[in-house]
Formats: sequence, structure tokens, C-alpha cells
Amino acid sequence: MVGETLRNYLMIAWLLPLAGFVVEIFFGFYSKNPRHSKAAAWCAVGCIGAGFLCSCAALVTWGNANDWCALEHHDSHGEHADAGHETAGHEHGEHAAGDHHVAEPAHNAAAAGEDHGHEHAVAAASGDAADHDDHASGSQQTTYSGVLYTLGKFGSLELSLDYYIDSLTLVMFTMVTLIATCIHLFAMGYMSEELTDEYVDHQAHTSDGKHVHRPGRFYRFFAFLSLFCFAMLGLVLAGNIFQVFIFWELVGICSFLLIGFYTERKSASNAANKAFIMNRVGDFGFLIGLMVLWTFFGTFRFGDTTNAEGVVAEQGLFSMVHRDEATGNFLTEPITGDVLITDNHGHALQQDGQNRSIPYYLLVVAGLGVFAGCVGKSAQFPLQTWLPDAMEGPTPVSALVHSATMVAAGVYLTGRFFPMFVQEVLLTIAYIGCITLFVAATIAVVATDIKKVLAYSTISQLGYMMLGLGVFGWGAGLFHLITHAFFKSLMFLCSGSVIHGCHHEQEMPKMGGLLKKMPITAITMLVGVCAIAGFPMLFGLHFSGFHSKDAIVASALAFMKANPSHFLLFFIPLLTAGITAFYMFRLWFYTFWGTPRDHHVHEHAHESPWIMTVPLLILAPLAWLCAYGGESGPLYLMLTGDAPSHLANGVAAATEGGLVMPGHEAVHAVHIQAGLLALAAAFSGALIAYILYGTNLVNVEQMKNQLSGIHGFLANKWHFDDLYDALFMKPAHKVAAFCAWFDKTVFDSILHGSAKLVVLVSQWDRIFDEKVVDGFVNLLGTSTQSVGRSFKVVQTGRLRQYVMFIVLGVVALFAVVFTTFPG
Amino acid sequence: MQPSLSNYLLVGAVLFVCGVICMATKRNGIGVLMGVELVLNGANINFVAFSKFTALGLDGQVFSLFVIVLAAAEAAVALAIALNFYNNHLTIDVDRGNKLKG
Repeated sequence: MVGETLRNYLMIAWLLPLAGFVVEIFFGFYSKNPRHSKAAAWCAVGCIGAGFLCSCAALVTWGNANDWCALEHHDSHGEHADAGHETAGHEHGEHAAGDHHVAEPAHNAAAAGEDHGHEHAVAAASGDAADHDDHASGSQQTTYSGVLYTLGKFGSLELSLDYYIDSLTLVMFTMVTLIATCIHLFAMGYMSEELTDEYVDHQAHTSDGKHVHRPGRFYRFFAFLSLFCFAMLGLVLAGNIFQVFIFWELVGICSFLLIGFYTERKSASNAANKAFIMNRVGDFGFLIGLMVLWTFFGTFRFGDTTNAEGVVAEQGLFSMVHRDEATGNFLTEPITGDVLITDNHGHALQQDGQNRSIPYYLLVVAGLGVFAGCVGKSAQFPLQTWLPDAMEGPTPVSALVHSATMVAAGVYLTGRFFPMFVQEVLLTIAYIGCITLFVAATIAVVATDIKKVLAYSTISQLGYMMLGLGVFGWGAGLFHLITHAFFKSLMFLCSGSVIHGCHHEQEMPKMGGLLKKMPITAITMLVGVCAIAGFPMLFGLHFSGFHSKDAIVASALAFMKANPSHFLLFFIPLLTAGITAFYMFRLWFYTFWGTPRDHHVHEHAHESPWIMTVPLLILAPLAWLCAYGGESGPLYLMLTGDAPSHLANGVAAATEGGLVMPGHEAVHAVHIQAGLLALAAAFSGALIAYILYGTNLVNVEQMKNQLSGIHGFLANKWHFDDLYDALFMKPAHKVAAFCAWFDKTVFDSILHGSAKLVVLVSQWDRIFDEKVVDGFVNLLGTSTQSVGRSFKVVQTGRLRQYVMFIVLGVVALFAVVFTTFPG
Repeated sequence: MQPSLSNYLLVGAVLFVCGVICMATKRNGIGVLMGVELVLNGANINFVAFSKFTALGLDGQVFSLFVIVLAAAEAAVALAIALNFYNNHLTIDVDRGNKLKG
């Protein structure tokens, strides 16, 4: 029952944007005045807003159905850890139970977390489920899966649209729909310049050097946004990995359409291509992973399929591998070391009298393959270069791509697929994330385009998430995904507001002193900056980034303590936490603080209209407070309600050559230490930024010149584009040039030679035809004619002569007869 | 004395030769037709004579009767041609009718 209700709610939320897309694209196309109508935008907002309400309803339904036990049993755990936390500035000791319903009036309908905060108090009174262990699959069912629609059956391969609903799905749904609603509203203001029959694109030029004039594409933009939301929601709801792949590609094509929205600009169309092609590279790995999975497991589904009686009819991927309680590794065949494929109770499945199993290395391949897809989609090293270029799209698109949809998909899938990852894969994930977060953060330090700074910070934060997931911090990584979505969408919308207010000026060196001109934007941006920098405490409530980044750093520290050889996985994120604070405050001081650097821009700057500032005002409190309570707050508990069960206790003794997995206890033990270190890093970063950009104590230009070597290296993005240029583009060009040469010299000469030969042969053939064949035929004709002409003489027309011939003929006949037969 | 087969054949041959000479020499179309009649009747005599002197029975007589009928039909058609020829050329001299020359 609950499952069906949930399914229906989420399906509505999922399909509404699709309906919106269809309506918008056709209405926009056929309506009388499409270029001037805002109807498409209201339709899009309505669809996604209704989707948000459905998601909230689903969240509440899910919570009620299991008496909010997700909040409950974790809470005891959280409070336990809190004992040592008071000093670190956490203060949920006093908010332990009933305070969450002091909801901010501005967004109490919006903040998903608030609802369960309230419900949580009720559940606490009932005391239910408090004795459950951390296994999500305890006596309460919290995960719902099933089939929506069967696409087709090919032999034993059944492709279907499934749903898989657990706490992660629900939180993601709520987050995506909420942020998308805000972005849609913002876009209505931001894209209003498109409401015209003749839009002049000042950044695109025709071949004769004039600006491009084209019809406005307002409705089309919103249609694409709706499709984008549909794709992302479909990806989150997907119940099998193949369906994920379908929507994965759909998200890719939507980002392609939106990044290349200003398609007349060469840079925009190039960026769209780059994003799409880079993603294809990752998707190649994804496909390989899918093949391995299907070959050995024979299914793509995540969860088990139950029949009408509630008995498991077909197992899903997650229940086909079991972990050993003691080591945290998969159950393996003792002799070969292959991973056993098991039934729901951990007993190996049999096939032809043998245990079904998958070679360990292929499980690694499958995991790496799936992760390769995530690397592409979430712009991780080494496929990170598409994301900064994606800034060519309109700013609302950047906000959507960078917070709730596209890049979130990669992290989401890594989190969703977490139970299937083996240690080696997780270590790879951690290191990839570690490299990414450091590289991107250093580039962000020197970027001057306001959107590029945010783009690199996105890459860096995604790196944090991947690192968090990789060091067994499942909850921490996804926690950061949600909080990051809020503050990064906020900051992107703020930057959009700045760009809109400054008449499409994106270079920060031309800004400065905008605080007075755009107060709402500046303050909300400051909230976002504090959140991403991980600042604690504003009016006694911590910024969301503080909690989530703390969680990741704590996981990393615990991981390092358990596995000392991987110390980089802790120190680099710690250092980068400082860099993050530095470049984010640099952005803020550069843009809003100090004196105007370009008076022309400054004089014309203005605050954006209400339709753009309202989303900022909605998102700012959320960016600040969505992680309320930290790791014992509602968001975290809700998110980790169905966390992979093997993570909680950790593994003290690693197998030979394997990793030691710190449990939740171990993470909590180092939480204060990690938090203090991260705080120190963040504060020092922010302080340096203030000294450099907020005051006039240091001449930044001079410093830049002194460090021109390293500045150039960073400004050129670590030469990644050059590296790929040298590694792939140049060789590709070389190969292409060689192929062209080969084609021109070898193939063409063969072709030309054969053509000449054919001409020669046909010339000879012509001669033969004309002389021999035609001559023979003509000879036949002429000889027949001449014979006829010679016989013509005989036919004189004289009757009597004919009689004479007859007579002579008869006589001759007789003569012949008589001489032949004399008898 | 009964006439023998050779006597009949001789009469037939004389008739035939006369007919042929008539056909070959007469320039008048009617004369040519007369020669044709003589040739046919010479052949008739041969048919009847062979019918009488061999074991053919009445076959020869029947055959000669057909020949007579055919001759009559042929004469009718030929006279019609001759009449038309005359209408066009105001003569029935067969040497003038050389339009069939190849």
C-alpha cells in the first residue's frame, strides 16, 4: 500500500515535467504569440512546483509508514556521539527532540527537513523501533521497489522501467524539485530578454561581422528545462541500472541542448559538444560495467521483485552479493576467490550443481566501469574539463546543471551503487575525488570569470563528495551532495543576478563595490559563500557546509587513522578546505566589496527584479540551515535511513592487503579533531582572502606578477586542455592528416589508375564493337539486301514470261526426276 | 480395239502442251484463261485415265470433278479481274499489266 502511494506520488512528480515539456514545446510552437508569452514559463514552474509538493507528500508518507524510525534509531546513535561534541560548537544537545518545528515561516512549506523534525518528536514519544540495529532492512520496510512498465523481453534479458524508492530517492526528489522550482522562477526573470521577436546576440557574429539577430527562444528554454528535470527525476527514481543509463543519456542530451542554447555562439556550441563528447567517454565505461553485471548477475534491477504474496520472485543486484560480517568483504569461494552470488540469506545460489560466482576482478571492472560513467557526468579528474566550458549556457542552466541535476547524477549513482563497490574501486573513487578537489580548487583561485570560479568550485566540491564516498563515508558524501546543491544553486543564481545586473559582464576585475547596488544579491551570496567555506555559527545555527564538509573530513581522518598509508586522502582535502574558503571569499570581495573598478559597469548596475531575488531569498535560508543539526539532524538521518548496512560497524581487521574500514564510532571519535582542523583551514583561507582582496594592504597585481609562473600554470587550468590537446587532439589530427595523405596518394591513385584502365579497356571495346560486331551485322544486312536486289530482276511483271518460267521449271523438274530415277 | 492408257495420256499431254503454248503466247487475257482451261482439262484426262486403268477406283473421277469446279471458280475470279483491268487500262493485254514488277 505504502509502496503504491509512494510510487504514485513520485511518478506524478516525475512525469509532470515531461507533460510540461510537451505542452511548452508545442504550445510555444503553435500559439499565436509565442515570442512574447510567459505562459511556457508558468507552465514549467507549475509542473515542477507540483512535483515538489508530490515529493514532499511522498516524503511524509514514507516517514509515517515507518514511524520515522530512520530518524529514531539513528538519533540515539547521534546523541551518543554528541556527548563528545558539545565543545566543538555543535549544539543539538539542546535541540534533541522537539525544537525542529520552529520552522522559518519563509520556507516552512519548502524545507523538507522541517516536516520530519516535527514528526520526529511524535515518533520519539512512541519509542518505537529504538531497539533496531542499523540495518535498514530491519523489521520495518523502508525500501520499495517494483516494475512500472516492461519495455521488452529479449531472451532472458528483461528491460523494464522500475522504481526503487528509499530514503535517498525521496530526499533527492525533494531537493531536485525544490531547487529546480527556484531556478525556474529565477530563469523567468533572467531569460526575459528572450521575450522578443528579434533578439540581438552581442556575443555572436555573422560572417560579415554583424551581431546575430534571431527570434527569442523563451519557450524553448523552458521546455528544455522541463525535459531536464524529467530526465533527472527519472534517473533518481530508476529501479534498475539500465534505466539509470537511459535517463543518464537523457540528462546528457538535455545538458547539450541547454549549454548550447546560444547556439550561434561558436564557443557555446563547442562547449556543448565538449560536454557531450566527454560524457561519452565515461559512458563507454558505464556500458562495459553494465555488460559485466548482466553477464554474471542476469538482472539490472537494484531491489528484489516480489510477487502478489510478498514472496521474493526475482532477486535484485543488491541482494545477490553478501558481505561477511567480520571482514566487510564480499563472501567468496574459498578456493578460487571468486565472489559468490547469493540468495537473500547469504547462501550461494546454485547453477548446474556449482555455486554461481563472479570473478573478483570482474566485479572490480564492473565497479570501475560504472564509476567511469560517474566520472564523466560529475566532471571528475580526468574528465573534468567540460564543466567550466559549460558556463557558456545561460546562468540558470549552470545553476541547474551544477547543483541539482547533471553533476549530481554522478555522485547519486556512486551512492546508489555503493553496495556493489569493492575496496579497490572505493579507493580509486577516493583518490580520483582527492585529485579532482585539489586541482579544481587551485584553478578556481586564479579564475576571474565569476561563473568559472563557481564552476571550478563545483568540480572541487564534487571531488569532496566522491572522496567522502570513497573513504566509506556514504552518508557524508551524499550529505554534502544535498547541502552543496542548495548553496551552489544559490550562488549560481546570485552570480546570474550579478551578471544580469551588470548587463552581461562576467569578469570580476570589472566589478567591485556592488554591495550597495545589489544588497539582496550580495547578502544571499555571502550566505552561500559562508556555507561552502564551512563556516560555523550564525545566530547560533551552523551553515550547512560546515556540517557536511566536517562529515567528509572526519570520514577521511578516520580512514587515514585506520589506513596510515593513505594519508594524502586526509591532508589534501584539509588543505583544500582552506583554498575553498579563500577563493570563495575572493569572489565575494572582488565582486561586492571595495571600490568599483569599472565605473561604466558600476553606474549601470542595478538590483534584479523580484522574480529573480525571491528565489535567492528562498534558497539562502535553505543553504544556511538545510543541514540543521548536522549528523543528528533530520536531513542527515533521513538521507542515511537506508544507508548500506555494512558501513555502520566498520571493520577493524582488514584482510590481507585490504583496507581497514572505520565504523561510525571511529568517525565520531575523530569528529572534533577533524572539525577543528577544517575550521582552522577555512578561517585562515577566508582571512587571507580578506587581506588580499578586502583591504588594500597588499598589491594583488604585484603579487600576481611575482608569481607569474604558478599563476600562468593555474590560469591555464593545469594545462589539462593543452594536455588533452597534445594527447588526443594532436594525434587525432596527425592520424587524420596521415589518413588524408594516404587517401589522396594511395587510394586515389589506385582509383585513378583503375579508372584509366577502365577507360582504356572501354576504348578498345568500342573499336571492337564498331569494327567487328557492327561490321558483321552490317555485312549481313547489306549482303541480304544485295541478294534481294539481284533477285528483283527476275520479277518482271510480265505474265507470259512467268508462264514460261513455269514451263521451264516443270521441264527441268521432269528432267531431274527422270535422270535421278531412270527406272 | 480398246484404247490403251498411253493413248489417253497422249491426248492429255497434247492438251496440256497446247494450253501452255496458248498461255505463253496469247497477249489477250481471255486467251490466257483459255490456255489455263486446256491445261486443267489435260490434267483431268490424266486423272480419269489413271482412275480407269489402275486400282484407284473412283478417286480420279472425284478429283477431276473438283478440278472442274475449281476451274469454274477460277474462271469467274479471273474474268472479274480481267473486267476491272479493262476498266482501268481500256485493254486486256497482259503485257501492259506490269505493275507487279519488283
